[in-house]
Amino acid sequence: MLRKASSFPEEMLEHVLSFITSDKDRNAVSLVCKSWYEIERWCRKRIFVGNCYAVRPEMVIRRFPELRSVELKGKPHFADFDLVPDGWGGCVYPWIAALATAYPLLEEIKLKRMVVSDESLEVIAKSFKNFKVLVLSSCEGFSTDGLAAVAANCRNLRGLDLRESEVDDPSGQWLSRFPDSFTSLASLNISCLGAEVSFSALERLVGRCPDLKTLRLNHAVPLDKLANLLRGAPQLVELGTGAYSAELQPDVFSNLAGAFSGCKELRSLSGFWNVFPGYLPAVYPVCSGLTSLNLRDANIQGADLIKLVSQCRSLQRLWVLDHIEDIGLEALAACCKDLTELRVFPSDPYGAEPNVSLTERGLVSVSEGCPKLQSVLYFCRQMTNAALVTIAKNSPRMTCFRLCIIEPRAPDYQTLQPLDLGFGAIVENYKDLRRLSLSGLLTDRVFEYIGTYAKKLEMLSVAFAGDSDLGLHHVLSGCEKLCKLEIRDCPFGDNALLANAAKLETMRSLWMSSCSVSFRACKLLGQKMPRLNVEVIDERGPPDLRPENCPVEKLYIYRTIAGPRFDMPGFVWTMDGDSV
Amino acid sequence: MEGFSKNVEACPRLLDLIPKERELLGDREDERSSSEEKKLELRLGLPGEDWPLKNTRERHESQLNSFGYFTNGNNQTQKFPSSADNSHVWFNQQQKGQVAPPFLTFPSSTTPPTATAPQQSLPVMAKESSQPCCNKAVVELQQCAEKKAFSPPAPANTAVPNSSQKSLEFYHQFTADRRCLTAPGPVVGWPPIRSFRKNLASSSGSYSKPTVESLNKPVETCKKGLFVKINMEGVPIGRKVDLKAYDSYEKLSSAVDELFRGLLAAQIDSSSNGIMNKQEEGKAITGVLDGSGEYTLVYEDNEGDRMLVGDVPWHMFVSTVKRLRVLKSSEVSALSREWKHQAREGARELCEQIAMNFAVKILHRSLNERT
Repeated sequence: MLRKASSFPEEMLEHVLSFITSDKDRNAVSLVCKSWYEIERWCRKRIFVGNCYAVRPEMVIRRFPELRSVELKGKPHFADFDLVPDGWGGCVYPWIAALATAYPLLEEIKLKRMVVSDESLEVIAKSFKNFKVLVLSSCEGFSTDGLAAVAANCRNLRGLDLRESEVDDPSGQWLSRFPDSFTSLASLNISCLGAEVSFSALERLVGRCPDLKTLRLNHAVPLDKLANLLRGAPQLVELGTGAYSAELQPDVFSNLAGAFSGCKELRSLSGFWNVFPGYLPAVYPVCSGLTSLNLRDANIQGADLIKLVSQCRSLQRLWVLDHIEDIGLEALAACCKDLTELRVFPSDPYGAEPNVSLTERGLVSVSEGCPKLQSVLYFCRQMTNAALVTIAKNSPRMTCFRLCIIEPRAPDYQTLQPLDLGFGAIVENYKDLRRLSLSGLLTDRVFEYIGTYAKKLEMLSVAFAGDSDLGLHHVLSGCEKLCKLEIRDCPFGDNALLANAAKLETMRSLWMSSCSVSFRACKLLGQKMPRLNVEVIDERGPPDLRPENCPVEKLYIYRTIAGPRFDMPGFVWTMDGDSV
Repeated sequence: MEGFSKNVEACPRLLDLIPKERELLGDREDERSSSEEKKLELRLGLPGEDWPLKNTRERHESQLNSFGYFTNGNNQTQKFPSSADNSHVWFNQQQKGQVAPPFLTFPSSTTPPTATAPQQSLPVMAKESSQPCCNKAVVELQQCAEKKAFSPPAPANTAVPNSSQKSLEFYHQFTADRRCLTAPGPVVGWPPIRSFRKNLASSSGSYSKPTVESLNKPVETCKKGLFVKINMEGVPIGRKVDLKAYDSYEKLSSAVDELFRGLLAAQIDSSSNGIMNKQEEGKAITGVLDGSGEYTLVYEDNEGDRMLVGDVPWHMFVSTVKRLRVLKSSEVSALSREWKHQAREGARELCEQIAMNFAVKILHRSLNERT
């Protein structure tokens, strides 16, 4: 090691490494030799931990003494859809407590799907002297009290992002806890808050932060306040409006339109809660510059929606409700040639009958008109193999394709065939596909296609599909890059799982709920694979009270170097060597 | 819509799935013998041990492609090298029972319904590939698939109601089984929409236009239940309880015990730095209502005031509670006199006050909108 260091100065290598930012590359560098490992670990500034139970904080701290930024993820993705029971775990406190003593100079914490207590936020607020960015994405367990502590203590805060988090006891006064001398904020996202915030505090804060580029308000900020906010921050690049309705008054309208046209830098718009279409023309002046438009919370329909979207000719990303219908997507395809990402959400997901005319044709039009399309999330109520084949041919650059046909096991509505061939075409043509969600009627055959063609697939979501173990076997044995696999309501069972046990160690996690995996198989897997945590989640009570061949309710398997976790609630059982 | 009436017709499809499901269950029962257990163990293929494919890999490399990952003696995951062509050959070979057009030329909208290639070739495919294969797991997987092929209709044969009578029987049994296995009612989490969004969507409307409906409804009620967050002192994990699921304070208090007993025990264990003993269930949490236990259940009402649980009639409690907390009784007692007093003021007064406050809030909102 010494010899190597003398032939290639450490400082030089350290400098070179400072240009390598991607996590994957850093990991590769550290595997070259012992001395590179040493040098790399001393100059690593940021880490990403995709599963907070895969490693213990002490291990991270021991290896990387100089971290400035930590990103952690907690609960499985299916927690978004209520499949993970409340109280499952994913508490960030042990991590925060460890980070607080190890890294007084920590600057960034980004958390996703974690339980964050007010206590954790207080520790963050008080422990890190130069703390700059806090992102709490889809987190829960904290209240505005914790936010108040952050506001009062983090003097250099640049970003506070609460996207899609569930915040308790909202009291709008926390915003006034930012001291008057505080001017560093660059990004503020409070769109998830349920209650009103103190508007005067908000207005003062926005007015005194010259670097503020991102501001996403919640639905309780009324439209008549928006113009003043915008005049105080003409430098904004991303804006999420609050409520977007009021009685139409010419002076309010012209004031708002004037404020919008002053925002020359605006590239992204979202919000528009309770939108009143009469006020939409106020944003038309900035539309031509927009690259991102999120109308997921905006209940605009018909001509208003189409007119708005067709003004935005530089659009790269559009999130919209299915009110856009096929005809609106056709207009989108004609106007927005740079579109890379499209998400269409259902306005009435639980209705039995379609409330809008949105079909496979809309997606076909977009795939034809937008050659740069890379990412799609599409909820609809009917699909055909022919449409999927066309879409597959039209958008070869696709990396993320998530299709949700709302009725489970819906076949090609024209031929009544399974959609195997359609999805087969998707995986065959999308050479760079990283993420795929399946829906509709599917047999084991589609999994054979996936195993054969989807060589770069990293995340796969499956629901109500397949006929036998063979389906799961094809995926586990064929998809070499697979990292996350989530399955619900599929007849996949023990054989496929056990036959591919070694594969599970190469993946981050596997979720299976309402499948056919027996308790016995779970025990075997836990016993034989010490580096996997095999957790059975069963709210009916201890699984060992039932016959061993009885399928478990939910199964979450992940690789870990931390061993079994200690914070399991009463409905989670881990299958390790001792318990069997 | 045309497509939807067809979907309704296609309903028997659900029934067709059932025999398969039963078959799976049957399989599992047959496998109960201990020799089978050994086989499973072998198939786990631990590093360097009896991975059944090891000896056969020279002979059937193309089959191995389907397997992808093995562990070798060095305890490292290794992928067998396979050219793309190779796997493609293997793939096509499996399909040769059918005309096998490449995907992209498949004119699915014009395909006559008689060309039921996918379903029919499935068993064929399974048989063919099983012949040269020495792998136990694969053989078994395929046997599994073959069995299925002989069981009445494959799921894709949707329009064929040939054995509908039998299927119906299966269906009833299946749904009965299923009901035992999973919660009844609509499918949880489908379609996959963020639950957070649902809350937001339902609450956002009331801010601009308080309707008669929203006035009559308690704020957080929805069709499903009345979920209220509950936290316990000393336990970092919060839970939610559905108050609609209980009809008395007694049931609520036993629910508190159920929810937190394990968590509390885990908390005590982990804070004392010991490894949690899974058998140890922890002490029961009792006496949360009358202050006789170590913990006392309090709640915050919609005014933000803390109250002792149990002081007002149940239905009133349900309509005003915002969140629940389980506090140490020692800390509660200091404050409890004050709360008791407040509660004794009488339910009626409280009720009036709540109604009044609610009306004032609504008024404020509509005034705000005007200005």
